[in-house]
Amino acid sequence: MKFLNDPKKKKIAYLVLLVLLAVFPFVITNSYYLHVCISIGVYILLATSLNLVTGFAGQLSLGHAAFYGIGAYVGALLMLNFDVNFFLAMIASAVVSGLFGLLLGLPTLRLRGDYLAIVTLGFGEIVRLVFVNWAEVTRGPLGLPGIPSPSIFGFEISGRTAFYYLVIVLVLITLFVMSRIVNSGVGMAMQTVKIDEIAAESIGIYPIKYKLIAFVVAAAFAGIAGCYYASYIAYISPTTFVYNTSVTILAMVVLGGLGSIPGSIIGACILTLVPELLRFMSDYRMLIFGALMVFMMIFRPEGFWGASKRVKNIYKIKAGGAKNGSDSGDNQRHD
Amino acid sequence: MFTQQLMNGITVGGIYALIALGYTMVYGILKIVNFAHGDVFMMGMFLGMFFTQALGMHYLIAFPLAAAATAFVGICIERIAYRPIRVADKLAVLISALGVSIFLQNFAMLVWGTETHTFNSGIKVQTFRLGSVTLSNIQIGVIVLCCVLMVVLYLVVNKTKIGVAMRATSHSIVSAKLMGINTDKIISFTFGVGSVLACVAGILVGIYYDAVYPTIGYSYGLKAFAAAILGGIGSIPGAMLGGFVIGIVETFGAAYISSGYRDAFAFGILIIVLIFKPSGILGVKHVDKV
Amino acid sequence: MAQILETINATIKFGGLTAVNSVSITQEEGEILSLIGPNGAGKTTLFNLLTGVYRPTEGNIKFYGEEITGLKPHERVAKGISRTFQNIRLFHEMTVLENLLIANPDCHREGIWEAVLGGGKLRRKRQQGVEECEDILRAIGLLDKQEELATNLPYGKQRLLEIGRALATNPKLVLLDEPGAGMNSVEKEELSRLIHYITDDMKKNVLLIEHDMKFVMGISDRIVVLDHGEKIAEGKPEEIQSNPLVIEAYLGKGIPEDEDD
Repeated sequence: MKFLNDPKKKKIAYLVLLVLLAVFPFVITNSYYLHVCISIGVYILLATSLNLVTGFAGQLSLGHAAFYGIGAYVGALLMLNFDVNFFLAMIASAVVSGLFGLLLGLPTLRLRGDYLAIVTLGFGEIVRLVFVNWAEVTRGPLGLPGIPSPSIFGFEISGRTAFYYLVIVLVLITLFVMSRIVNSGVGMAMQTVKIDEIAAESIGIYPIKYKLIAFVVAAAFAGIAGCYYASYIAYISPTTFVYNTSVTILAMVVLGGLGSIPGSIIGACILTLVPELLRFMSDYRMLIFGALMVFMMIFRPEGFWGASKRVKNIYKIKAGGAKNGSDSGDNQRHD
Repeated sequence: MFTQQLMNGITVGGIYALIALGYTMVYGILKIVNFAHGDVFMMGMFLGMFFTQALGMHYLIAFPLAAAATAFVGICIERIAYRPIRVADKLAVLISALGVSIFLQNFAMLVWGTETHTFNSGIKVQTFRLGSVTLSNIQIGVIVLCCVLMVVLYLVVNKTKIGVAMRATSHSIVSAKLMGINTDKIISFTFGVGSVLACVAGILVGIYYDAVYPTIGYSYGLKAFAAAILGGIGSIPGAMLGGFVIGIVETFGAAYISSGYRDAFAFGILIIVLIFKPSGILGVKHVDKV
Repeated sequence: MAQILETINATIKFGGLTAVNSVSITQEEGEILSLIGPNGAGKTTLFNLLTGVYRPTEGNIKFYGEEITGLKPHERVAKGISRTFQNIRLFHEMTVLENLLIANPDCHREGIWEAVLGGGKLRRKRQQGVEECEDILRAIGLLDKQEELATNLPYGKQRLLEIGRALATNPKLVLLDEPGAGMNSVEKEELSRLIHYITDDMKKNVLLIEHDMKFVMGISDRIVVLDHGEKIAEGKPEEIQSNPLVIEAYLGKGIPEDEDD
């Protein structure tokens, strides 16, 4: 992937990729393939957001599916009960999920690694139980059917092709925001917290602040993913937002390569595709999948696309030549 | 009602405590969370059922065999999935453990199917009335067995040579090695003991509730893990205490507040305790050396 | 001269052990103050009290006359105290320049919206930050190594980089915990020049812990001696050298000429 080091060639590569993504539905008309692509898109939203928490801020979260679920339920309920426009509902989903992230993070982010994992896990379980038991609102295990499709200026977005383009737009926005955050002072501060909290404090960084930022932003994006998913599938039930989903998202982040945005994308692609590809051996596929996770960690623990290959600094501004050495900083640094 | 619920809580709590011991011993020695432990418990349950039903053995022969087989499973997990990456990132171990967990669940599904089985151990359930409290022989068995096993474990860890080696290894693997302790053997032994305890818990749950299915390890594993952390992970008395607290809290919560939220009480109390005492009830406070 | 730092009966106990026992020290503006004492004397613990890693069990800490005893470490950095560590704690996976950049207050105070929206103002601010770090890199002689990962630097350079990182927070007082440990005599001379540069040119104050007696005696204006958590002596280098209590504290070794640990 050496050619990607040249910013110009990199831009061309991105453009080609975009064009390929844009024409994909015209070439491949099989709606099953489109569905797989949309699933990948949703998982990219979830994995890149969790990557901010686990990969960059170094906090192990096992409750990402809870924020995904909160977003889905908030969006679905707003659209079903109050006829709120999809895009407004999506913003509301992001805000509410983010608030829950803040609520959970404030008291618990001072806990160290394994403890935070279990607290987020417990939070995920509690949220799921609320979905199941708060039947007056969520209809419990029956779930919420008939969630409407989005509409812009009276045009309804329906059908898989439209949803495909919508998810691509969402993914691009997410990737833009994530790479901006990661390649900034905020992102750098998050990484110092991951590397060494005491050293971070010694240079004036308040670790909890940056953990919270990562947590809230990640929760908000998971909320967006949830709202999109609710509208796409048109039916949600508590069984989607379970511990296993949290684990799958985490596995994408880790297998892809912690602290690397392309890594999370690759992780999302692989972990969505592999079970689909193994479908022909239906009974054994999850068995093999489990074994693959173990072997991957033994033979390539840094993931498919580790974050270790970089040399430049985050700002892409060079000292000793600062006047002319800057390029825009929009590109992803972790290549 | 109150005493009845208390007894029920202690029964469930004892089972959580047995599973929690496996988490806490492994954490104490390797400082990793064995996320596959809930599935080891599930395997113990199925193996117990398998030896009694499929092979038609008497439970006095079948259960020790099941325990030995589960210990073997636990030791293999450590050998294959943890030992090669012990020194690597904690997250790598976690993902590996999750892989093992997925593997074991699907293995059980392939072999025994996804449906719920009855346990049919050949042990008859009898109930007694003591005043207003109804107890079954199985409940009494659970409580007695849990207490006996915990005392035995306490004695093994504190009074035997291998117990000293375990404590030394948990203090520092490197120093223990320098002192001539075969730490790999100690680690295997720890996984073996933890797995035996999980198997006992599995068989007890099987007899008590008479329902066995491949995903059962998940909720028991989670709550036992919560118990281990609640008590202070790494601490053996802590795991026992945590197990009983979780068992009693969820039984009372389910009885007096809402049964739908049974699991939420366990996690609720865990989160509250961790916020106020991050190292758990009996855990040792960790001080960073600067 | 103004008093910049003052501890009043600072005490900290860990369980039964009193690591620092009622230590009162002061530092005047412009002087290089050194803490010495045998291993386990409580020097680093005192640093941890000054920087807020630990809270004192008893006693107070004042900085420019202001009470800072209850402040968290990052709040003390904002007041103008920064430090290095005895065991180097750089951000190893980050580049040399990034290690300084992230310590620059303008950098980590970047807002999240600002970061996402970008724009010229932000870019100019970042440029400014890089230029400030450039000056420090030049002072510590690592300008040509700026894109190297911190972990790839030789040990002595890592110590210098950590000092640079402490300077990048724009402090009034820098606490150096054994800056010369593991350095050879050439590197120590460089270090000595750097410390003088910090005090004379950058007009910052330095408080240091050091084991190399020759180095300490040469560079310090005043020395405080700790032993078993208590202050046993303080004064000018020549007074310390002849102080019988100090010699006794180091008994069996004399005053070591060169001790590396």
